[in-house]
Amino acid sequence: MAVATPPQSIEEQRRWEGNLDQLRGLVSERAITGETMLLNMGPHHPSTHGVLRLLLELDGEQIVSCLPDVGFLHTGIEKSLEDKSYEKALPLTDRMDYLSPMSNNMAYAAAVEKLLDLDVPERGQVIRVVCLELARCASHLVWLGTHAIDMGAMSVLLYAFRERERILGMFEMLSGQRMMSSYIRPGGVWRDVTDDFLPTIKQFLNDFPAKVDDYEALLTQNPIWKDRAQGVGVIEPDVALAYGLTGPALRGSGVNWDLRKAQPYSGYETYDFNVPLGEHGDVYDRYLIRIQEFRESMKILNQAVERLERVKGPYRSENRKYCPPLRSELGQSMEAVIHHFKLWTYGYDAPDDEIYNAIESPRGEIGCYIHGTGANKPRRVHFKTPSFIHISALPVMSKGYLLADMVAIIGSVDIVLGDCDR
Amino acid sequence: MEIPAAKDPVSAVREVFGDALLHVKEFRGELTIVVDAERIADVLDFLRGASGLVFNMLSDISAVDYYPNDYGDAFDGEESDYRPERFGVCYHILSMLYNRRLRVKAFAADEDPRLPTATVVWPAANWLEREIADMMGIVFEGHPDQRRLLMPEDWHGHPHRRDYPLGKETVAFSFNEAEIRKHKPFATD
Repeated sequence: MAVATPPQSIEEQRRWEGNLDQLRGLVSERAITGETMLLNMGPHHPSTHGVLRLLLELDGEQIVSCLPDVGFLHTGIEKSLEDKSYEKALPLTDRMDYLSPMSNNMAYAAAVEKLLDLDVPERGQVIRVVCLELARCASHLVWLGTHAIDMGAMSVLLYAFRERERILGMFEMLSGQRMMSSYIRPGGVWRDVTDDFLPTIKQFLNDFPAKVDDYEALLTQNPIWKDRAQGVGVIEPDVALAYGLTGPALRGSGVNWDLRKAQPYSGYETYDFNVPLGEHGDVYDRYLIRIQEFRESMKILNQAVERLERVKGPYRSENRKYCPPLRSELGQSMEAVIHHFKLWTYGYDAPDDEIYNAIESPRGEIGCYIHGTGANKPRRVHFKTPSFIHISALPVMSKGYLLADMVAIIGSVDIVLGDCDR
Repeated sequence: MEIPAAKDPVSAVREVFGDALLHVKEFRGELTIVVDAERIADVLDFLRGASGLVFNMLSDISAVDYYPNDYGDAFDGEESDYRPERFGVCYHILSMLYNRRLRVKAFAADEDPRLPTATVVWPAANWLEREIADMMGIVFEGHPDQRRLLMPEDWHGHPHRRDYPLGKETVAFSFNEAEIRKHKPFATD
């Protein structure tokens, strides 16, 4: 943590005061007079998970107010999407929440499908569910490792990344890419699962529950962990709703809201799983929920893999106006060549109207608003991302806690700055 | 506890706000109501609290720019064509109790676009509105924090407007660095 250097000249002093003036009304009056201390945490602090800068107002060690400063990873993805046809814009969405690119792909693809009124065949939906739940596990594993290492438990990271590596290996089998997969596309998925995918995921599903028990053995009853996590970063359910929290951060406060249950997509209504809920809304409950979600994801994955063997058929829509034909058709059908050429050069037109579609990502609700133009490029694409909302709620979650707790609170809401800044 | 029966948001808003409800449309099963920009905060507050509606959560606020064409024309009755002004601001609200979504939309003029803030209704609107103020240049009156959110504070223009070209930022080389620095007083801090 870097403390701002005191001004060296009158000119600097004035500039410093000018900046302080900007903060009037945002920090307490005591900070303006110098009674409390203003401290910069980040943007290069290891526990801020990327490039988040927090301007903390401290009374001793206690946090009086907190001003998050974001935008360091702003890459103009939403603006770039306006200049690309719908299909070609997809790889950019990988780069928002780089820890669960499959969820972003799904949010975007599902929104485009809704705009086009395009259906996805059943096998495509099952493959999507497999990908989304694997992505949930992979993302939670990074969260678990980094959250633990932030709080001083060094070894969990190594265990968590060991399993994550296997999931990324499976993504590579599916899409050829470990992280930026671009696998889930409007109309279905890019290609069918490979032959070696099923044995690999079965082996993983067999091994993983014991690993989750290992993580729990390291942390759940650990007295130091409990001391750091229990009763810290408490957010009441009504406050959480007012601040728009979603996902584990909301369920930690005991609000039963999961889009997979409430507004199912991709056939989630046909799977049997529970939504784990917390009671106290503190760091510890949010930790327990994500650990439970590993187990629920395993449940869904077991059912999905069983279906994957049973359900045959196309893995992406057969509507050739929106989905490219198979390679094997190209040599035989002139129609297929025309569709292929049209799709990969011009794309397709979407109506001049607006839709909003939301899915449950590992972090919470990721919503996609698309306004078409009637041609092949959107007028506006906007992503409502969970990290953005959660960082905006950090001030209310951290008020009154100690500086050291801030690290635990940031970790517990599981933010990704690429997701926040887009 | 008994849950009161769900009410139709359109007729409820029409009953209370009358002429402030300007337009209603449905597309792909999504209901959109367009209301008078000046009353938007009141409408949202009503939708949040009224029994039978209880849109308790603000999912998202997104702004759309209808530049360069099709805005300001006379409304010819086509569903998607109601675009009286340049900027549209969509409030996507969600009722967890009745499990439904609603889009409330308000329009802001090309010259000096202004809307009342929704932060008094949901604190969640704080950053969502700041982002729009930053990227789209719509001023939210009464917003507690008017600084830019994503772009640097010395940035000129609002990148998500349709008349703001891609790739506007000049790359700084040694020959033009001084010229670029002149426009960025804070960058030297």
